[in-house]
Amino acid sequence: MNNNKLHQQFIQSLVREKRWVRFYQLIILIAFFSIWEIASSNRWIDPLIFSSPSKVYSLFIKNISDGTLFTHISYTLFETVLGFIIGTLLGTILAAILWWSPFLSKVLDPYLVILNAMPKVALGPILIVAIGPGLGSIITMGAIISVIISTIVIYTSFKNVDANYLKVLQTFNATRLQMFKEAILPASFPTIISTLKVNVGLSWVGVIVGEFLVSSKGLGYLIIYGFQVFNFNLVLMSLLIIAVFATIMYQLVELLEKKLIKNE
Amino acid sequence: MDFLTVSNVHHTYFSKEAATEALQDINLSIRKGEFVSFIGPSGCGKTTLLSIIAGLFEPTLGTVKIEGQDVFGNEELSIGYMLQQDYLFPWKTIEENITLGLKLVKKEKENPSIASKLLKDVGLPPVEKKYPRELSGGMRQRVALARTLAVDPKILLLDEPFSALDYQSKLKLEDLVSEMLKEYNKTAILVTHDIGEAIAMSDRIFLFSPRPGRLYRTFEVPDELRVLTPFEARGHSIYSSLFQLIWKELESLE
Repeated sequence: MNNNKLHQQFIQSLVREKRWVRFYQLIILIAFFSIWEIASSNRWIDPLIFSSPSKVYSLFIKNISDGTLFTHISYTLFETVLGFIIGTLLGTILAAILWWSPFLSKVLDPYLVILNAMPKVALGPILIVAIGPGLGSIITMGAIISVIISTIVIYTSFKNVDANYLKVLQTFNATRLQMFKEAILPASFPTIISTLKVNVGLSWVGVIVGEFLVSSKGLGYLIIYGFQVFNFNLVLMSLLIIAVFATIMYQLVELLEKKLIKNE
Repeated sequence: MDFLTVSNVHHTYFSKEAATEALQDINLSIRKGEFVSFIGPSGCGKTTLLSIIAGLFEPTLGTVKIEGQDVFGNEELSIGYMLQQDYLFPWKTIEENITLGLKLVKKEKENPSIASKLLKDVGLPPVEKKYPRELSGGMRQRVALARTLAVDPKILLLDEPFSALDYQSKLKLEDLVSEMLKEYNKTAILVTHDIGEAIAMSDRIFLFSPRPGRLYRTFEVPDELRVLTPFEARGHSIYSSLFQLIWKELESLE
């Protein structure tokens, strides 16, 4: 008879816990900005270098109202999202090719290791000369930084799919393409999603570095420009905006995860 | 005429370290509608033989034919294979799992309601829209049976399909499989470690000896047991004496 009541209590305790978690998360956020502001206004830290939330905020408002910030954000966001999608997609396709041909994967194995170990941002200057200073080379940077590691991780997941699923399909005379579609790919969705999560961070790195090198627009450009004119308000503002958008992208990936993986 | 013939089959596994002879000179034949079991100690190659019969790989030597056709690389031949675990695809619904084979051999459009019919046949409530994780182990193995039967296979190969189940589910499923095979007049081969299961379900039992796998002896199950359900057969007096006989033979092999 008390089961219903106990269940209610259980749900309430869950709700209460969640509220406390949110509460402390909020406290940390407020504390961070307050301490930053106080430390800066009392000159415990150098306000010229570390700026302060109020200065960043007023700069933010100013740049919003004159419309320049919007251009920079959309420019960078476009490059990042595109680089991110191209990187992951290309990684998945390469992984599929490697899975398709075990011989090819044996041949290419050392090259993948080398490409993965190499710092991709070092390719920046070459890309800029080859593709030209602009959107193309920045998107390529955003993609190239994640493509090899995606390939390696996703290919490993393809290989580790339980062979008995393939055996089941084989008894139905499935072709290799059908095996890929019915078993290999769906079984690897969780891995692909976690690769996406890692790639969110990586493509921001690629794009920002790309903008450091060539761009005259975008958040990376604002950072490097702020550094050159010693305006650290600008640097920190750009950083905070990047943090916000990177988080939003991450959340979108989680949303995709919920849609794609129905069985857990 | 024999339905399935295995003639002069040898199989050797190669690895860097060694060449292991798994099967040596296997000859046997099975009639249509017959239920046979392969038993023997571990390493006697019974699962290897089953895989060869399924056409999953080619034996080093020898041939396997069903109704005169080679099984290896034969796209026309449909074979039902049940594994130790259900291996239902967790991201597919029960319905999608059952019709998977049909989809692959492209007959799906002819039988849209086959999933619900098969679920009823294997004694399950309408769970088409559920996912495998929502079902118990016994129910999932029933779904796997439905998936296997959906393509109307010429022969059913059962690779210890009951071994991962609890005892009660196992007994119930034995009865179900036996009843359904009779109803559909299917030929079946069961690989098992369980002598009792082999006796209760089969018409004939092939005993294999290990290293390399050879056909050691064949037992005919008496008619008295064959007409009974597996569960009833386990209670029959002949069952125990046959069990003792096979047990002693098996002991002598190890």
